[in-house]
Amino acid sequence: MANMSLKKNPMPVQDPIVRARNFNEVALGYTEEMALDEAARCLNCKNMPCVSGCPVKIHIPEFISKVKDGDFEGAYRVIARSSNLPAVCGRVCPQESQCESKCVRGIKGESVGIGRLERFVADWHNAHNPDGVVPAKPNGHRVAIVGSGPAGLTCAGDLAKLGYEVTVYEALHTAGGVLVYGIPEFRLPKDIVRKEVDTLKKLGVKIETNTVIGKTLTVDELFESGFEAIFLCSGAGLPRFMGIPGEGLRNVFSANEFLTRNNLMKAYLDNGTTPVYHGKRVAVVGGGNVAMDAARTALRLGADEVHIVYRRSLDELPARREEVEHAEEEGVIFDLLCNPVEILGYRNPDDRRDPRNGDVIGMKCIRMELGDADATGRRSPVEIPDSEFVLDVDCVIMSIGTSPNPLIKSTTDGLEVNRRGGIVVNEDGLTSRPHVYAGGDAVTGAATVILAMGAGKTAAAAIHKELSE
Amino acid sequence: MSYRILMKKVLNPTVTMMDIEAPLVAKKADAGQFIILRVDSEGERIPLTVAGYDRTRRTVRIIFQVVGATTAALNQKEEGDFIEDFVGPLGNKTETDGLKKVCIVGGGVGCAIALPVAQKLHELGCEVHSIVGFRSQDLVILQEEFAAASDRLTLMTDDGTAGRKGLVTEPLAEALKNGENYDEIIAIGPLVMMKFVVATARPYGVKTVVSMNPIMIDGTGMCGGCRLTVGGVTKFACVDGPEFDGYEVDFDEAMERSVLYRDFERHAYENTCNLFRKEVK
Repeated sequence: MANMSLKKNPMPVQDPIVRARNFNEVALGYTEEMALDEAARCLNCKNMPCVSGCPVKIHIPEFISKVKDGDFEGAYRVIARSSNLPAVCGRVCPQESQCESKCVRGIKGESVGIGRLERFVADWHNAHNPDGVVPAKPNGHRVAIVGSGPAGLTCAGDLAKLGYEVTVYEALHTAGGVLVYGIPEFRLPKDIVRKEVDTLKKLGVKIETNTVIGKTLTVDELFESGFEAIFLCSGAGLPRFMGIPGEGLRNVFSANEFLTRNNLMKAYLDNGTTPVYHGKRVAVVGGGNVAMDAARTALRLGADEVHIVYRRSLDELPARREEVEHAEEEGVIFDLLCNPVEILGYRNPDDRRDPRNGDVIGMKCIRMELGDADATGRRSPVEIPDSEFVLDVDCVIMSIGTSPNPLIKSTTDGLEVNRRGGIVVNEDGLTSRPHVYAGGDAVTGAATVILAMGAGKTAAAAIHKELSE
Repeated sequence: MSYRILMKKVLNPTVTMMDIEAPLVAKKADAGQFIILRVDSEGERIPLTVAGYDRTRRTVRIIFQVVGATTAALNQKEEGDFIEDFVGPLGNKTETDGLKKVCIVGGGVGCAIALPVAQKLHELGCEVHSIVGFRSQDLVILQEEFAAASDRLTLMTDDGTAGRKGLVTEPLAEALKNGENYDEIIAIGPLVMMKFVVATARPYGVKTVVSMNPIMIDGTGMCGGCRLTVGGVTKFACVDGPEFDGYEVDFDEAMERSVLYRDFERHAYENTCNLFRKEVK
């Protein structure tokens, strides 16, 4: 008999007051009892609408029915057929706009907590049965993957399971891409990423860190060294700035830099060797998940006040609802319909050597209102005349997106890119160069982990088709 | 992955030279580019400009001044030891096309980076005038190497204990005044030195290239920490540089940005020094 409760089992979380000052994971995960109870809410619909909402097509009702039976390892095996990073996706996927948005239970009441169940199953597996991965029989084909973020790891896993000899090249010293340098520990513990990467290594995937494709090696050299296909998934790269006065002041950071210092370089630890600026009053410009991550990180570093400054309204915030709610609970202040026009710096007119010269002392903003809808249907914000005001801050973090990294494009002949610098691909992920595939943010510009994983799967399937024919 | 130190040589009390075994980097490295290294698994990433390379021995040469915790830790390593990470070559190489006569101005440890540029131009048959400056005689490095790569070498010290007393801008100003028709001036050293080399050259309109070494994490364009204002536009030293047209660089902003972590670095350096002292005891 199905559990007909209209509400999901709530996710146990750290108390907001406590967690706003520590870097431990916010969401604590379901217990076995909660998982069994939540799994019982699934109606096991024949037409499986939830699966159509999943970019990697996890067999959702099948894994949930295994959970219902208490066969958690069996549930893991179902997920692992489609996803190489279940513990990651269970944490960072925007389920509310994907699988859960299609759930029949969501028509009247809340959808089944699919993401929470996925996380439970992955964590249960990691805790009880972390080994047991067996490399596939080698098929003699070699594939290179450029970038070890979610797209690269997914593609690597799928190909390794088919017997390909896969080498993943990573520019940084640690594999994981945005999962390691971008998403904070309190949302995605780095131990979890490391375990998922270790699982891929057990499948036979080789990971070469400290290798910048486009610099250390080129795409052509990879082909010369015997790779038969290459998947480019080097991420979105360059942080954007607004081009307003004062952005060069020293307490202005890109979200990428601020988060990388904390996440990859562990600057938040007392014994960290990499410094990070501890702003007391921080403005984060932007409304995406990265902006939420930066704001919540600034709080945890001890800021007295953290503002999200976003030019549209709450309804348009592109961040996941859950992240916005968590940020609000923790005390992040939302300055909506508000856009920066200048960052103000300290300047002592009498002393050019005053050490405070160049410190941020405020951010001038202007109020906005929503005008007519633009071509994409989103109402575009317009300035309200004479509504400028100064936000009293000593640190500004720009989180207004990224553009694709030019390093590979500029060193690879015949690789077509679009107006925004994204690599052009067909529906199989194939680029304008034969045997070269691409996916993830390097193609789309900044998007989500799961979309990148979907692109990794698509490319893996296409590469397999090409090389096995 | 680990990278072995094949050679270590102390150049002066605070400056050390090392050859690091890094086959892929050595194969591609060129004058003007840089690498990023981490000494150990908990270390920070620091950029260092390539001071030389040997493609047959598969090594890259770095020369560094002990200024903070990371360089102090690196300086503790000996020949045969390994460092954790070494990635590159990053950034663009020095443009040498068409240069017939160049003045290279190096300041302090910046001379280590200026040397491969001088050597490369010298090999290409370009007339190289080098002006190198140090605070004092005991800090002078790479004199023989510079002499071998230069058609004319001027050594300057702040206190006059070696070479001429004074700043590097003085002989540069004299040369320009005397009508030396340089195709280009290449300045590598402290920000304030490069700022004044540019100021010295500007009245003569001689193109002046400067090598920027700002705060950096990944070195591939991802973090944006190394951004500079060049010609009123935001540029990233790691992918757009590290060399820029000196006339266009906002040096005052770069100097203000460069001191952001000074207090942190001083504390970290003191802690590291105390740690090494304890080990010695």
